[in-house]
Amino acid sequence: MTRLTPTFDRLKSDGKAGFVAYVMAGDPDADTTLAMMTGLAEAGADVIELGVPFTDPMADGPPIQRAALRALDGGMTLRGTLDLVRRFRETDTGTPVVLMGYANPFYAYGFGAFAEAASQAGADGVICVDLPPEEDTELREGLKAQGLSLIRLATPTTDDARLPRVVEDTSGFVYYVSTTGVTGSGVGETAVVSGAVDRVRKAANLPVAVGFGVKTPERAAEIARVADAVVVGSAIVDALNASGVDGALKLAKTLADAAHSAR
Amino acid sequence: MTTAPNAFSSYPDARGMFGEYGGRFVAETLMPNILALEKAYAAYRDKPEFTEPFEELSRDFIGRPSPLYFAERLTEEFGGAKIWFKRDELNHTGAHKINNCLGQVLLARLMGKTRIIAETGAGQHGVATATVAARFGIPCEVFMGAHDVERQSPNVFRMKLLGAKVHAVTSGRGTLKDAMNEALRDWVTNPDDTFYVIGTVAGPHPYPAMVRDFQSVIGREARAQMLGRIGRLPDAAVACIGGGSNAMGLFHPFLEDESVRLIGVEAAGKGVDTPDHAASLNGGKPGILHGNKTYLLQDDDGQIVEGHSISAGLDYPGIGPEHAFLHDVGRAEYRHATDAEALEMFQICSKLEGIIPALEPAHALARVRDLAKELGKDGVILMNMCGRGDKDVFSVAKALGVEL
Repeated sequence: MTRLTPTFDRLKSDGKAGFVAYVMAGDPDADTTLAMMTGLAEAGADVIELGVPFTDPMADGPPIQRAALRALDGGMTLRGTLDLVRRFRETDTGTPVVLMGYANPFYAYGFGAFAEAASQAGADGVICVDLPPEEDTELREGLKAQGLSLIRLATPTTDDARLPRVVEDTSGFVYYVSTTGVTGSGVGETAVVSGAVDRVRKAANLPVAVGFGVKTPERAAEIARVADAVVVGSAIVDALNASGVDGALKLAKTLADAAHSAR
Repeated sequence: MTTAPNAFSSYPDARGMFGEYGGRFVAETLMPNILALEKAYAAYRDKPEFTEPFEELSRDFIGRPSPLYFAERLTEEFGGAKIWFKRDELNHTGAHKINNCLGQVLLARLMGKTRIIAETGAGQHGVATATVAARFGIPCEVFMGAHDVERQSPNVFRMKLLGAKVHAVTSGRGTLKDAMNEALRDWVTNPDDTFYVIGTVAGPHPYPAMVRDFQSVIGREARAQMLGRIGRLPDAAVACIGGGSNAMGLFHPFLEDESVRLIGVEAAGKGVDTPDHAASLNGGKPGILHGNKTYLLQDDDGQIVEGHSISAGLDYPGIGPEHAFLHDVGRAEYRHATDAEALEMFQICSKLEGIIPALEPAHALARVRDLAKELGKDGVILMNMCGRGDKDVFSVAKALGVEL
């Protein structure tokens, strides 16, 4: 069992929604990311999503695209990303870390070898944006062998016929993409999201985290009232770029507080 | 035509795989769309409501069939096998691209889609898509790397004349692959009303097979024309390769003809042993990008590397998955030609045949020269002249140091 299940169990027994914070590995350098990860956990992040930079992030909007390019220009790699997890675990053994990225760097590393390395580094799960259930067998089996979670994405276009297959091999939590669009594009109507979260939760019997477009504490609170956790990525990435670690962590604290006190 | 289960022409399988290449590597938001497209294509491809307008407009709008032409003076110049051109550069809009656009836009109409998007590099696919969209009055938006918008301004103006909206893509490094990323992002955002017309035999299943089917009119016509003109098949069929749509269209109807060698020519830029080339098969390795598993230009970390070629139509860092398959099983051979060779052929073909070739098929012609010697005077080579070179005169003049 990963750190994810106890984390969501604790949130549930406290009657709170969780806060999932995203940061891009190596944006703009490894030390900054490590400071961000540690700081995010202190600011109240229940789960840290660590972005693995890729040259062609097809499902990401401009903020995370630019973050990936900054990270790559700074020399970040998948190996470097795993090293960041290892360094984070030297001081934090409790906060779950989920790696989020695209298939090709994982494929180039070897799906099985990557799963093993991720486990050894201390990661808890993986989200791979461009591996739908039809294509993720190797990664899924690799992660399963290591006891890590594969977290699949469900979207507004995932209909009832497809949903069981999408959630079937998911563990830890399900990531619900709140809108048809790229990351950071704007969250869907709360009422619609609420209905979708219920649908996914029922099908998966797992906690549901909602992301893609949550930017403000107000929206985070609204989503936190209907979902098990709220994910914020682009807004934190933008704040880091505009005002450094302190500015990004200040925003993260307000988002965490909003999510935790929403109910 | 029925094919044996293991015949080369029987691919892809039900999962969209050509051996270990192809597949559907897209974000979950797009999966339902991809599956719906596969279903619609299977449902309509042989129905009269699709085939009748497709055949009529292929004839009356595109100008098919394109002629088969004996390149007598080049044959003499190269001093070996007889060289024949399939003249797809005589199509409306000046290249093979429109064969595929017509098929996809007709399918989009039958599926009730009300908006067309496309990516383009040099602008040929963008112009062809805009042309067919204009013919049917469907709004069309084309994504083009900001760098290419600047380099290919005549094509940008053409697209605008045809009523299309052109988006200059500045994300990433502003190139063809970034234009494709941006088109995919648009499709993720507008999955209900939008049809994405992909310009080559790549992307998630069913695109590689569907685009090949629409382009295979090239090989079907050429095969029948060769039999009609000289009573036999060529010894080799040759085409240039970026993503590989003209080559796949030429090759596919010949896959079961064992005597016909199939030869694809990649863009070697400044040389495949330099970093500046676009030869995915000769200088890349398998990976996952833009919805399919195939050979890609990439570094050890799996990051995609930009392709380079003097021909903007060839500088894509990937290649269609069916080519990756034919390469691995050895049914097709993949060679390459440099910028300098393409420039040389561009001039030779213009002077000797009165045909200004696009820089893309000029690459193919460089290997036709070697092959003509290899096969000798009894040999017959069929090359697809997939585009005309009017679009390239400015960049060729620049490369030759000529001021216009």
